[in-house]
Amino acid sequence: MMDELKIAGKTFSSRLLIGTGKFPSNDSMRDAIESSGAQIATVALRRVDLSKEDGDILSYIDRKKITLLPNTSGARDAKEAVMLARLAREAGLSDFVKLEVVPEPRYLMPDPIETFKAAEILVKEGFTVLPYINADPILAKKLEEIGCATVMPLGSPIGSNRGIKTRDAIAMIIDQSNIPVVVDAGLGAPSHAAEAMEMGADAVLVNTAIAVASNQSEMARAFRLGVEAGRSAYMAGLGPQGETASASSPLTGFLNRE
Amino acid sequence: MKITLNGNEKDISDEIVLSALLSEIGIDERGTAVAINGEIVSKKTFHEKKINAGDRIDLLRAIGGG
Amino acid sequence: MKRPTTDTTTIQRAELETALSRISCESLSLGEIAVLLSHSADEHLETLAHAANELTRKIFGRTVKLYAPIYISNECINGCLYCGFNASSKIARRTLSIDEVKKEAETLISTGHRHLLLVSGEDPKAVTVDSLCEIAKSIRPSCASLSVEVQPFDESGYRKLSEAGVDGVTLYQETYDRISYEKFHRSGPKKFFEARLRSVDSAGAAGMRFLGLGALLGLFDWRQEALSLIAHAREMMKKHWRSFVTVSVPRIRDCSSSFKMPNPVTDRDLAHMICVLRLALPRCGIILSTREPADLRRNLLPLGVTQMSAGSCTSPGGYTSQEKSGEQFHMEDHRKASEVATSLIEMGYDPIWKDWDSNLFGTNG
Repeated sequence: MMDELKIAGKTFSSRLLIGTGKFPSNDSMRDAIESSGAQIATVALRRVDLSKEDGDILSYIDRKKITLLPNTSGARDAKEAVMLARLAREAGLSDFVKLEVVPEPRYLMPDPIETFKAAEILVKEGFTVLPYINADPILAKKLEEIGCATVMPLGSPIGSNRGIKTRDAIAMIIDQSNIPVVVDAGLGAPSHAAEAMEMGADAVLVNTAIAVASNQSEMARAFRLGVEAGRSAYMAGLGPQGETASASSPLTGFLNRE
Repeated sequence: MKITLNGNEKDISDEIVLSALLSEIGIDERGTAVAINGEIVSKKTFHEKKINAGDRIDLLRAIGGG
Repeated sequence: MKRPTTDTTTIQRAELETALSRISCESLSLGEIAVLLSHSADEHLETLAHAANELTRKIFGRTVKLYAPIYISNECINGCLYCGFNASSKIARRTLSIDEVKKEAETLISTGHRHLLLVSGEDPKAVTVDSLCEIAKSIRPSCASLSVEVQPFDESGYRKLSEAGVDGVTLYQETYDRISYEKFHRSGPKKFFEARLRSVDSAGAAGMRFLGLGALLGLFDWRQEALSLIAHAREMMKKHWRSFVTVSVPRIRDCSSSFKMPNPVTDRDLAHMICVLRLALPRCGIILSTREPADLRRNLLPLGVTQMSAGSCTSPGGYTSQEKSGEQFHMEDHRKASEVATSLIEMGYDPIWKDWDSNLFGTNG
């Protein structure tokens, strides 16, 4: 049994957050959520396409077990992000919001300044804000200071599945943060998720790697195991990572002359 | 009267309130967010919010996302 | 969770081995630190020393920051049994005027110092927030950093000091053991353990860039003091991420009062403590003062010391005048600052007279 994750006063037994995008069908999404054991799932907000019958994604998510985490994807500045968060809340989805402000469509990097501006507003309006950011240790502290519930630094660009390319910076964030650190984006394999947890991350968010796998449900289960393995290892106290001893002259010989 | 619904022009009956409009087009109020002319409409007022000619209405619901 | 213990009888061999295998991890738990401070780890001092040396080199390079104290007053209303400034001590009391402090500062600056520390006893009739602000405004423009080691203030007091140019607060808890604390602090405002502890927090909240913690070694079991000091430093770093935290390891020295030291700390103990401090607090400064003789300071440096006082004098006006007012403690290292710097360079270290310069942006704050 893993130790529990606490976000804004709510406790969760799972440290794997799951995204719901890119799945081949709502059924496969539902099965993947089940296998992952995730208790928090992100959703996006979009205009309803009135011309076709959209399977309502919400009917595939058990709201009794899952806390919805609406994201503000699509927002390119603070104003749009705040609007989306308020719409999601008004729709009755959640008070939790994954704040995502991405002005640039190729690498999908989050805008630190607009994210901070939006976070200030949303925290004041009572949202539980989980900001998605580049792995910037100072930005993370400033977001913590203004009342965000977690920080979500990216491991590598969204959908790239490249693992944790921002390792050193994430280590700094983990070291200095007083709120949960959720590594998001770019985790392409369960070993990446385990790596994040071994470093001391509080949780990870995975979407693409699960959704585009050939067997989504099995991949979701594998990620679940990876997260648990990583967390257990961290709690058990990992040994030094590749440190080598170097022989040199004695440093405490002077004490023997006492 | 003519309104814009999710970016498309649409003809709807005069003197209609928002909740009736949603029901007419088959959209469940639960899980739906509505903005009229860029302003969010509070769920509590759906049953009394009058739609006017030329209104720009946006209906949003959750979809899959990361 | 088991309470971290330095008591050897309950430490298993496996625990010691695990702790030793993780000394370079930069992420030791308090439980592991307790094991490394315990008697079980005594025979592994050389291992600890090498790891501490390597870690210090990695993070601090070869830098050793130099500073000098200016004792602005030895008046004191507290009755601390171990201190030469004790209210009941019959010493020559003196509080310097602003001009006198200025002259002291000028003398120190002429020897190369740029990091100054204003020190005093605790007497609101002699030293106040306002009087410190006046001093700060007067001497801050000519140095790079100004800290105070005086009586505790509240957050608004520290804010005023910060605006006047003070960027650091040093406030030793002396001992983290409440029973001992009560024993040694009999009278005066310093009697109150909690208030003193909270004050460093206030300094951090007021935005002080440097926070100096410390325990006065000899008052209580050094192994437990080290553990408490480490926990305190970690707490301050978590709460005040903009501040740089230092820890200091002064050993009680003879002073004018006849004080019986209950827990003497040997040179070996001190070396052990410095090693573990470094391993437990990779990014904190470790300060060694002129209480210790030159030879010992030289040998302790590689274990993780990153800041030293040099060319110090612990009596008010001692830099400029010949007459001796009461000293806080006897110094052992009487070398001039320039000699200390030369010796550091010879040892392969990089003495830092000036760490940063806020004067680029006008006055501090």
